[in-house]
Amino acid sequence: MAASETKFHVLAVDDTLIDRKLIEKLLQTSSYQVTAVDSGTKALEFLGLNNNDHQDAEVNLIITDYCMPGMTGYDLLRKIKESSSFKDIPVVIMSSDNIPSRINRCLEGGAEEFFLKPVQLSDVNKLRPHLMKRTQTNVNKRKAMDEIVSPDRTRARYNELE
Amino acid sequence: MDVVNQLQRQFIDYSASLHREGFLDDQFTQLQKLQDDNSPDFVVEVASLFFEDCEKLINNMARALEQQQGVDFKQVDASVHQLKGSSSSIGAMRVKDVCIAFRSFCEAQNREGCLRCLQQVTHEYSLLKNKLQTLFRLQQQILAAGGSIPVVE
Repeated sequence: MAASETKFHVLAVDDTLIDRKLIEKLLQTSSYQVTAVDSGTKALEFLGLNNNDHQDAEVNLIITDYCMPGMTGYDLLRKIKESSSFKDIPVVIMSSDNIPSRINRCLEGGAEEFFLKPVQLSDVNKLRPHLMKRTQTNVNKRKAMDEIVSPDRTRARYNELE
Repeated sequence: MDVVNQLQRQFIDYSASLHREGFLDDQFTQLQKLQDDNSPDFVVEVASLFFEDCEKLINNMARALEQQQGVDFKQVDASVHQLKGSSSSIGAMRVKDVCIAFRSFCEAQNREGCLRCLQQVTHEYSLLKNKLQTLFRLQQQILAAGGSIPVVE
């Protein structure tokens, strides 16, 4: 599998135009294909439509703002994790407020990462492992471990399982 | 060649002063680094969005604070929160700092304090707008003279 040639598709959700533009640019600079929407509702619509669409329009990761009118980033996270079709899509949450209880709630709710705004390129670099981990679930897990993951990481993963 | 060097020197000095005086922080530099051949006007575009946002939000705040019947401080705070976010995203440090103080006054439901902050934020926004317009003008002159825009760390 030519994983390096596949452009991962990220769905970005933010109600602020400036932040949408910024996250879009950050993701594009990191070679991701980006779809940016301005609400959780639109995000769910987009995912729903994709179900009936071609495989290439698949979403590999969702990055969402926390503070949004109507459906918050947390609400969106829960809806995704509670859905049988989308629960395996990694979700990352962004927020301009550094509130530990909020961060914990999101991580416990299933978010892979929590980024403080303004999001930077160094944050976006942290996304790739979460995406690589996902592609492994589509292949025989043991085979994936041997071929993709380095020996050290394999050892760490087996330790976690125990 | 000499003209380009001169303009670039001016640009670097002006950029440095904006950072030194606290108008811009590192986030603005991050935006400049993101600008590339695919999006050569990225920083100007983001700045334009920011100015539009500022005007809209400042108007919202002013209207909310004018209410004689009773100020809806939650509404004011919502606008300040948004402005704080936008200014943080573009690296407009002084504007952001006023927003932080502004939020405290909203929480305390202090109308006088809020009005003072509104004045301050309006002032900082127009200062920044002027300065960025000068910076962008310098950028344009450099490009027109065939030079490239230096990235100031």
